[in-house]
Amino acid sequence: MTLTAISRRRLLKVGAAGLAASALPFGIARAQTNVVLGIVYVGPKDDFGWNQAHAVSVESLKALPGITVVEEENVPETDAVAKSMESMINLDGANLILATSFGYYNPFVVELAKKYPDVTFRHAAPLWNKDKDPANAGSYFPYLNQAHYVNGVAAGLSSGGKIGFVAAKPIPSVLSNINSALLGARSVNPNATVQVIFTGEWSLPVREAEATNALVDAGCEVITCHVDSPKVVIETAEGRGVKTAGHNASQAPLAPKGFITGAEYKWETIYKSYADDIAAGKTPPNFLVGGYNNDMLRTTPYGAGATPEAIAAADAAIAALVAGAPIYKGTLKDNAGNVVVDKDYDNYDPYLDGMTWLLEGVQGSIT
Amino acid sequence: MDNALVTVLIAMLGGAIRVSTPFMFVALGETLTEKSGRINLGLEGNLVLGAMVAYAVSYLSGNAWLGVLAAGGSGIFLGALHGYICKLPRVNDIAVGIAMMSFGTGLAFFFGKPFIQPTAPRLDAIPLGDWTGNPALAQALQVNPLFFVGIALAVFMFWAFRNTRWGLIVRMTGDSAASAKAMGVSVDLVRFLATAAGGFLAGIGGAFLSLYYPGSWNQGLSSGQGLMAVALVIFARWDPIKCIFAALLFGAAGALGPSLQSIGISQGYYFFNAAPYILTLIIMIISAGSKAAARDVPGELSITK
Repeated sequence: MTLTAISRRRLLKVGAAGLAASALPFGIARAQTNVVLGIVYVGPKDDFGWNQAHAVSVESLKALPGITVVEEENVPETDAVAKSMESMINLDGANLILATSFGYYNPFVVELAKKYPDVTFRHAAPLWNKDKDPANAGSYFPYLNQAHYVNGVAAGLSSGGKIGFVAAKPIPSVLSNINSALLGARSVNPNATVQVIFTGEWSLPVREAEATNALVDAGCEVITCHVDSPKVVIETAEGRGVKTAGHNASQAPLAPKGFITGAEYKWETIYKSYADDIAAGKTPPNFLVGGYNNDMLRTTPYGAGATPEAIAAADAAIAALVAGAPIYKGTLKDNAGNVVVDKDYDNYDPYLDGMTWLLEGVQGSIT
Repeated sequence: MDNALVTVLIAMLGGAIRVSTPFMFVALGETLTEKSGRINLGLEGNLVLGAMVAYAVSYLSGNAWLGVLAAGGSGIFLGALHGYICKLPRVNDIAVGIAMMSFGTGLAFFFGKPFIQPTAPRLDAIPLGDWTGNPALAQALQVNPLFFVGIALAVFMFWAFRNTRWGLIVRMTGDSAASAKAMGVSVDLVRFLATAAGGFLAGIGGAFLSLYYPGSWNQGLSSGQGLMAVALVIFARWDPIKCIFAALLFGAAGALGPSLQSIGISQGYYFFNAAPYILTLIIMIISAGSKAAARDVPGELSITK
């Protein structure tokens, strides 16, 4: 395996050198910059989840002229990712690096961005800070919590309102998905609750299955999750005869009986806009966020688990989100009794990015 | 609170039954191999490759038990390869084991790509707890036949190591290669067969992962369970019966983290999730220090020589 990797690298290197040589001596002004897009995944790119959502979007870019895609999967959140990104820059000539896992950002993306100021780095979590971090780095992140809110609405009307949530790590974006699912469910059923179990890792199939079983045993009627690959959670819940709501990519085929709907990313909207900007010689935005209002999210087509009222209410919720209706509004307490929301927050308010609380109605703890 | 305690205990019972089987099979396979005087650290590779092959064969043939058999076959292949390479002069079995681990997982990832997406037929469970009328208990007592096969196998191995000619030959090869040679036993052949048979069992363990619990094939499926099972063998002092208890304990400890969160004890889940590893360390420190423990170690193992 190492041998083929080396020869592929060599081939690309020679090819890149040849390209550079052919471009240099004549100095013809090019109308467009070719985009070499390097993307690193933390897991396999067909995992029914986070990585698959990215890979499917990048796949759709490959057909476009002027874009070359270099991919590497199964890259751990260690020094290994720095090496992968550096080799994409030096050997493959990448001018746009997309780092798709949370732990890639600091220190790896930050340090490399300082070292290679001509390369554009974008990282898939809202971590870029314009005061501290290099100008050629940046963040992009669709606010999936909007789609989890819709999941909550549909789940709340497709069940008695007891939702189980298998979560990986207590970082703000995960917490926001949990809280939004609760608020969605409470918007249609004031007694709805969300019970959360943290597994502590992004992908740990056996513990995810254990967590799902524990939630079903605790009486949850709908199971949803935020882990990298929801396949095991959805299949285990379907096997236990409870309903499910998906995450990251479409899991509808895994649960023919109980699938309600799912929260999905639409990364291609972002990746296409980056590639267009670089091709046109512009700097892509450093901080790009979005949701239903700018076509960065989608909801999985409703499955057999969704009741007609749930479908109607979920569609209405999407329409409201497109119009900018806030999710976190009024006065809300966390599950320790402290007031954490005291006014209506815009769905992209920076305050919500630093969320470290679970709302009242969520059973669980972040430590 | 009483009720909550019952929930946790039931969850741990269920966890022990659900999670322990792969540990059991890998540990039994490793016990057999180590009893013959060789260490095969590569069983993680057998486990992952077994999981992949089982899922693929079950998907393509529509018969889950055929998948289990094929997984065993893939385990024999890796085990036999390890056994053959270690027969060559001046080869270190631990180093070969690490190579086989990478080889097995690499092979599984490479050939397993097309099988991540499809859904294959799974193994069925035997509902042993329906009479209790308690849904949680009934769920915990959904037992896969392989669990009983593992226990029966352990009892058989325990008996065979003491009472059969084959069992005694394996033990002799493991304790003193010189005596085995003097008896006219081919040491290399015995170790080759023991490693291949051990590989077979580890492959079956993999089939359980992909075809029953958690019951799907993906690259993170094993997450080091094969390695932990090899450590369990030392913890179980090369005794097949103790391997069963070690595997059950490990499974129950693994269920502790999620089930405590499910009853509302949600603080410190990182600590509870680490429970199986902490438990293993503590028991290892207590058990491995004694003089009696030193007697259980097969004399020919390269770590003790």
